[in-house]
Amino acid sequence: MALPAKLRAPGWYRAALFDVLGFGFAFGLVVLIRTLMHEHPVVDGKAITTVSLIAVPLFFLVGLGTADYWFYWAAGRKTRPEDHSAHGAHSWRDYFRVNTDHKVIGIQYVVTSFFFLLVGGLLAMLMRAELAQPGMQFVTPEQYNGLFSVHASLLIFLFVIPVFAGLANFVLPLMIGAPDMAFPRLNALSFWLLPLAGLMMLASFLAPGGSFASGWTAYAPLSTSMPLGQTFFTLAVQFAGASSIATALNFLVTIITMRAPGMSFFRMPLLVWANFSTSLLVVIATPFIAASQFFVLLDRALGFQFFNAFVGAGKNGNVIMYQHVFWFYSHPAVYIMMLPGFGIISEILAVKARKPIFGYRMMAFSLLAIVVLGFTVWAHHMFVSGMAPWIRIPMMITTAIIAIPTGIKIFSWLATLWRGVLHLDTPMLFALGFLTMFTLGGISGVMLAMIPFDIHVSATYFIVAHIHYVLFGGSLFTIFAGVYYWFPKMTGRMFDDRLGKWHFWMTFIFFNLTFAPMHLIGIQGMPRRVADYAQQFATWNLIISLSSFVLGLSTLIFMYNMVASWRGGPRAAANPWRGLTLEWQVSSPPPIFNFDAVPTVVGGPYEYGVPGAVHGIFKSPAEARPTGTIATSPTPE
Amino acid sequence: MRKHPVMQILLIVAIGTAIGIPIVLAIPWFPAQASAQASRIDTFYNVLLIVSVPIFVGVLTIVLYSVWRFRMKPGEEGKDGPPIHGNTRLEVVWTAAPAILIVALCTYAYTVLHKDEETKPNTRTINVIGEQFAWYFAYPAAGGKSVVSQQLYLPKGQPVDFNIHSRDVIHAFWVPAFRLQLAAVPGITTSLRVTPSRLGTYPLVCNQLCGSGHSLMRATVRVMPPADFQAWLAKQPLQPNPSYSFTSGGGSSSAAPAPAPAPSGGASAGAATTAAGKVIFTGSGGCGACHTLAAAGTTGTVGPNLGTRLVADAKKRGLALPAFITESITKPNAFIAAGYPAGVMPQNFSQILTATQIQALVAYLASVTK
Repeated sequence: MALPAKLRAPGWYRAALFDVLGFGFAFGLVVLIRTLMHEHPVVDGKAITTVSLIAVPLFFLVGLGTADYWFYWAAGRKTRPEDHSAHGAHSWRDYFRVNTDHKVIGIQYVVTSFFFLLVGGLLAMLMRAELAQPGMQFVTPEQYNGLFSVHASLLIFLFVIPVFAGLANFVLPLMIGAPDMAFPRLNALSFWLLPLAGLMMLASFLAPGGSFASGWTAYAPLSTSMPLGQTFFTLAVQFAGASSIATALNFLVTIITMRAPGMSFFRMPLLVWANFSTSLLVVIATPFIAASQFFVLLDRALGFQFFNAFVGAGKNGNVIMYQHVFWFYSHPAVYIMMLPGFGIISEILAVKARKPIFGYRMMAFSLLAIVVLGFTVWAHHMFVSGMAPWIRIPMMITTAIIAIPTGIKIFSWLATLWRGVLHLDTPMLFALGFLTMFTLGGISGVMLAMIPFDIHVSATYFIVAHIHYVLFGGSLFTIFAGVYYWFPKMTGRMFDDRLGKWHFWMTFIFFNLTFAPMHLIGIQGMPRRVADYAQQFATWNLIISLSSFVLGLSTLIFMYNMVASWRGGPRAAANPWRGLTLEWQVSSPPPIFNFDAVPTVVGGPYEYGVPGAVHGIFKSPAEARPTGTIATSPTPE
Repeated sequence: MRKHPVMQILLIVAIGTAIGIPIVLAIPWFPAQASAQASRIDTFYNVLLIVSVPIFVGVLTIVLYSVWRFRMKPGEEGKDGPPIHGNTRLEVVWTAAPAILIVALCTYAYTVLHKDEETKPNTRTINVIGEQFAWYFAYPAAGGKSVVSQQLYLPKGQPVDFNIHSRDVIHAFWVPAFRLQLAAVPGITTSLRVTPSRLGTYPLVCNQLCGSGHSLMRATVRVMPPADFQAWLAKQPLQPNPSYSFTSGGGSSSAAPAPAPAPSGGASAGAATTAAGKVIFTGSGGCGACHTLAAAGTTGTVGPNLGTRLVADAKKRGLALPAFITESITKPNAFIAAGYPAGVMPQNFSQILTATQIQALVAYLASVTK
């Protein structure tokens, strides 16, 4: 049977065809099994949906062509040797194809993540509209629970985590002098898993009974007794998690094996250190959230009763176990969402203050300390969960100890600013905004580690305030800083700095007006995750809602700046910020294979102010051997 | 006088701290302080605030000072700062100082916690039961019976141990005025200790997302003079101890007869069926928690009063009474009673209850509202 060429070649047509096949497969499998097991009715919508949610995305990925090479190889057929035809992007269409170029994948990641930032932000606007006044106005309580659940899930799994992976995807191989990531095909597959996870979460709004509505934490047994929409979350997390793990492995192997000659671990830029640490966290922790969601899936789909305390003679479902497994991932996850940002800030502060990073080695060691400590604190999310009370004490102590490496980083950044020559452009403003706002988030974090206080404010708006100071004032500010900072390198264009400053000040001011009052109403007694609240909180909620709308609008300035500058901004020089790290030593955007000659690293990455300092030179190691004083300046291009 | 920048910074931080601490302490952070624990926790929070102010003011001052003093001036476009790579003594200081602070705070936190959770003589035990979306409070009495209330009454000054249970999903028992919170976890008993210290009425809030009616799952705490409390308690009828698990019908197995082919709906049901329906309606975790029904003696106010609304609403919906009741149990959002929000009533009763149990409920409700 000869299929038309369009349906045989990898691409969207074949992907669409495979989607249909995937659904057919799921339908057939369910009907077959239910017939064999004498289940009635044989055609069960819930079962078919559950299996389809696994099968259709996998079939889609095969149809799109992410796995063609591996299938050819496994079947013993002639694989197409890498002819580099899939490298680089020549038009916008190339971003919609499976591409193995880390620079294309990096941009795919960043743009996809920002799409989900906009969607997640819109959901937050709907929530704030509902909360502007007490009582119910726009949505039902069930829909409201869906809004905040999807908001948090999208922004965590589809924005903060992948956007960092995207920025690092673009920048990290350039920084270490590598031509690409270690596993380019795996890299492409990791990216394509993401939009699937995001669409699955959004599609849950169409499920009968509404979207998943048990929060991003999906505590059992609420999540095991929710309508069908919950399954969309349970499975979307698996796809996003698989994407994370594959990318993290890719980063680890790339960093360990593909550094340019001369780049020892202690000559790596701190962004590379940060992504090394993050990848360790992802590889070790992410399987735990996968496990927690598989438990829920088995409970929901097959009646396993892991979390049903009232079943069977022994009544032995264990409800609290879900939370232990979940937080064993989800606490390290907050560092997964923060450490890459630390890396970005280190790059920007050194370049924009024209000074070496203060205490480079301690900066690297404190990242590793956070990785290790990050695994010892998970139960501080569970001080009021009903677990054995003694566990609270060691968890309080380890949690508070994390403030020490974090403090080292903040103080070192401040010392980096000291006596520098500060270039106060948009990336720098966001970096400084991060420093102050993250300090506030850190302070409220130490407060929350203190058990007696946490017992009162657990799951209140104080928590909502804390998490947004850490993830918005912290992570998102670093993301904005990083996107502005590397925008010239990624697109070859300069952004509009004046609009960037407008964006910063609007974001900074209305971020604080939105989230600072939440500390207060939380302590006063307003619980989070409620569609309606007591009259006494009405004034603050109105102020918060109005501020949040302006905060939402400020994102439009950013979007306009990015789109307009990418299309028609002035051409960027190779090294507009006079950075020493390797990515600034090649053209903007970089050549298809990054470096025409393999660079040799001869010094630290942040030797600003050292006369004649060079990080890397574009000569072979033999030629690069220093002869007397180094006077060679890095040659652009 | 020579202007040394570090001295300038220290001076600004000192002034900022001196101004900042009174400001943050003046903010009315807390709701009413109604327990012995609350006063200790509030003091602890104020200490945390006092410690935090110099840290934040310090960071902010250094950032703003650097921006003012070290920003690039015209003509400095090509200039770099001095190549300072670090300073071991400084790094030791900013590692050690937070470490000492943390040891001190953790020790203080531990002593507060220890004091809060100390066993006290003359402690009263109260069983708390959470279910979607209501709280019950059971005061144990002699002979395996209890006084059961939907509002929490407490005598002032007497320590109370709450033994907290859940019948379905996780809830959290939180009384902001007490500053205390603990989850109600299905399958286990959790314990919380409090000594009410102030007369008055305070909200009790479910603070763990428990489904569509989560934001309505509230109760009232009344702290009373001990004599008034005793008088109230003595007036209450004694009931069998409530069950802590979701078994339709208050632990009675008669409500779940052996599976039988469901008879066609709407037929005149036998007395046994309506009796079984009443047991489900009034049982723990039953409809009465949220619905008032005079015939069953229930007084819940989360949902509409079934005694007065069912017949009229069935007409509005255009359905026969039994069909309307069945629909309202299995698909609660199909018809929403005027004045009540959609999505509050749990939508999983068709999964929790057997078809026979739903039949019994429908038969019972139809028989008492006709």
